[in-house]
Amino acid sequence: MTFPTSPADQPEPKRWLDDSRNVDKIFYGLALVCTGLFLADLLYHKHTYFAFENWFGFFAWYGFLCCVALVLLAKQMRKWVKRDEDYYGD
Amino acid sequence: MIEGLNPAWLLICGALLTPLLPRGIVRNGFMLALPVLGLIQLWGLPHGQYAQFELFNMTLITLRVDSLSFIFAVAFLIAAALAVVYAWHLDDDLQQVAGLFYPGAALGVVLAGDLMTLFIFWELAAISSVFLIWARRTERAYRAGLRYLLIQVGSGVLLLAGVIVHFRASGSITFEHLDLGSPGAPLIFLAFGIKAAFPLLHNWLQDAYPEATVTGTVVLSAFTTKMAIYALARGFAGVEILITIGVVMAMFPIFFAVIENDLRRVLAYSMNNQLGFMVVGIGIGTPLALDGAAAHAFADILFKALLFMSMGAVLLRTGTVKGSELGGLYKSMPLTAGLCMVGAASISAFPLFSAFATKSLILDAAAREGHWVAFLFLLFASAGVFHHAGIKIPYFAFFAHDSGIRCPEAPRNMLIAMSIAAALCIGIGVFPEALYAILPYSVDFDPYTMTHVITQLQLLAWSALAFSVLVRSGIYPPELRSVNLDFDWTYRKLLPAVAVRVWDGLDRAWTCLTDTVERQVKAVIQFLSLHHGLHGQLAVTWPTGSMVLWAVLLLGACLVFYYV
Repeated sequence: MTFPTSPADQPEPKRWLDDSRNVDKIFYGLALVCTGLFLADLLYHKHTYFAFENWFGFFAWYGFLCCVALVLLAKQMRKWVKRDEDYYGD
Repeated sequence: MIEGLNPAWLLICGALLTPLLPRGIVRNGFMLALPVLGLIQLWGLPHGQYAQFELFNMTLITLRVDSLSFIFAVAFLIAAALAVVYAWHLDDDLQQVAGLFYPGAALGVVLAGDLMTLFIFWELAAISSVFLIWARRTERAYRAGLRYLLIQVGSGVLLLAGVIVHFRASGSITFEHLDLGSPGAPLIFLAFGIKAAFPLLHNWLQDAYPEATVTGTVVLSAFTTKMAIYALARGFAGVEILITIGVVMAMFPIFFAVIENDLRRVLAYSMNNQLGFMVVGIGIGTPLALDGAAAHAFADILFKALLFMSMGAVLLRTGTVKGSELGGLYKSMPLTAGLCMVGAASISAFPLFSAFATKSLILDAAAREGHWVAFLFLLFASAGVFHHAGIKIPYFAFFAHDSGIRCPEAPRNMLIAMSIAAALCIGIGVFPEALYAILPYSVDFDPYTMTHVITQLQLLAWSALAFSVLVRSGIYPPELRSVNLDFDWTYRKLLPAVAVRVWDGLDRAWTCLTDTVERQVKAVIQFLSLHHGLHGQLAVTWPTGSMVLWAVLLLGACLVFYYV
C-alpha cells in the first residue's frame, strides 16, 4: 500500500517535536519531575498498610526497576517466541 | 418504562429489524435509539426479578435487576451506544445486526437470574459476536473467527454440562453464589474462566480481537470478557484461587505486550492484564474488592473502547496498525492522538482519569487483607500497563520516528464517539462519587488522599523515565514485523502436528495390517492351489483304468478278509 505523502514543493511546517533539542527538553523536564516526586516523600506522612511502602521513594524506584526488568525480560523472551510474520501461513 | 420488559430483547429484536430500514440517518438513528431506550428502561425498573416461568420443573428468571447486574448493564448499554456512533459511517448489514444483537445477548447474560437463561444468552453472544470478525471478509479473519467460535461455543458446552450436573444435585438453577466444591461448579467455573481469559485459556482474545473489523473490535472489547467477570463476581466471589489466577493474568500479558507489533493485539494483551486486576478483586471477595472489580470493569469498558477506537481510526486511515510501520501520525491525526492519550492516561490510572478511581479500590482491598505478594505484583502490573498501553500505544502510533504517512483525520462520527468516551473517562476520574453511587456494595472510599496521589504519580513518572532511558539508550526492543508464539501455538501448530503424526502412524499401521492379512490370504490360496489347483495332486483327473484297478483291488481285499 502506498501512502499519500506531502508534495515535495510544499514543505511541511516544521513541528516543535521535529527538533531533537525539544525532545531532550521533554526528557530533562521528566527527569526533573521525577526528582521532585522522589523528594516529595520528605514532605508528607504516608498512610500505608505495609512496612515496605514506607521505604524512602519506594513507589518511584519500584516502578523504575519493574519497567526495566519488564523490558529486559521481554527482550530475552523474544529469542524464544519471535517468528516470521507469516509463521502461521495465513 | 414497560413493566418486566428485558432491555436485552429491545436490542436483540431491534437488531433483527435493522436491515429492513432504509440506510443512512433513519437506520442509524434507530440503532442509536435502541441502547438509549434500553438505558431508560433499565433505569426505570425497580430492583427485583421479572419474567419468571416454569419449564421442565425449572424456574426460569429471565430478568433480574439488582445492584450487581445493574452496573454491568449500564456499562453495556453505554458501550453499545458508543459503538453505534463510532460505526455511523458504516454501510454493512452484517456488522450492524451483529453489532447490536451481540450487546443485547451480553446484556441478557448479566440480567439473567438463572443458569439456563444465562447459558442461552451466553451462546447467543458467542455466535453473534463471531460475525464481527468474519465481517472483515478475509481468509485470515475467517480462520481466526472459526478458532474463536470453537472456543466460545466450547465454553458454552462446559457451562451447560455444569448447569445440568448442578441442577441434578441441588434441584435449583437459580444463579447465586456457587460452592466451587459442589457438583457441576468446577465446570461452570471453567466455562466462566475461558471467557474471562484465564491464563492458558486466554489466547482466543489476542488471536481473534485484532482480526475483527475496525468497528467490530470496539464492540467485541466491551462485552464477552466483562460478562464473564460479572458471572465470576456473582458465582465465585471470595474463591481464593482467583487471587493467584488474577495475579498471573495481570502479569504475563505485559511481557507479550512489550514485544508485540500489532497495536490492537497490544491492547488485547493489556485487556487481559486489566481483567487480572478484576479477577483478583473477585478472589479477595470483600465488599470493597467486589466494588473495585465492578467499578474497574465499568471503567475498563470505556477506556478500552476509547483505545480500540483510536487504533481503529488509525487502521481505517492508514490501512495498518503495526507499530513497525507507523509513527509521526500526530501530524495527520492530532485529535485522534489527543483522544488516544486520554485513553492511555485512563488505563494507566493517572490521577483525574478513570482507572485511578477504580483500580485503587482493588489495590486497597488487597492491602487491607494483607495480600502483600499480590499487592507487589499488582503494582508491577500497574507500572507495566502504563509502560505498554499508556506509553507504547500512543508513542509508536503517533510519535516515535516519522513514518512519512500523511492521511486525513478520523471521520467526524469516530471523533464524536471517542470524545464522549474520553469525557466519560475523565468524568469518572474527576467525579468518582457518581460511579461509586451505583456500585453493588456502596462502600465509602476516597481515592484522592495525599498518599495515594503522590505514590501513584511516583510510580507512573518513574515508569515513564524508565521508558525514556531505555529508548534513548537503544535498549528498548524495536517494533519488528513478527508474530510471537503464545498459547495458541499449541492448537495452531502443536496439535495439528501431533494429529498429522498420529494420522500417519495410524495410516502406516493400517497399511501394515492389510499387507500382513493379504500375505496370509495369499499363502492360503497358494497352498490350496498347490493341492487343488490346475496341477495340484488332488485336482488332477485320473484315468478310468486306474480307478477300475483300485476298485478291483479293494474288492479283492474285501474277499480275502471275508474268507479269513
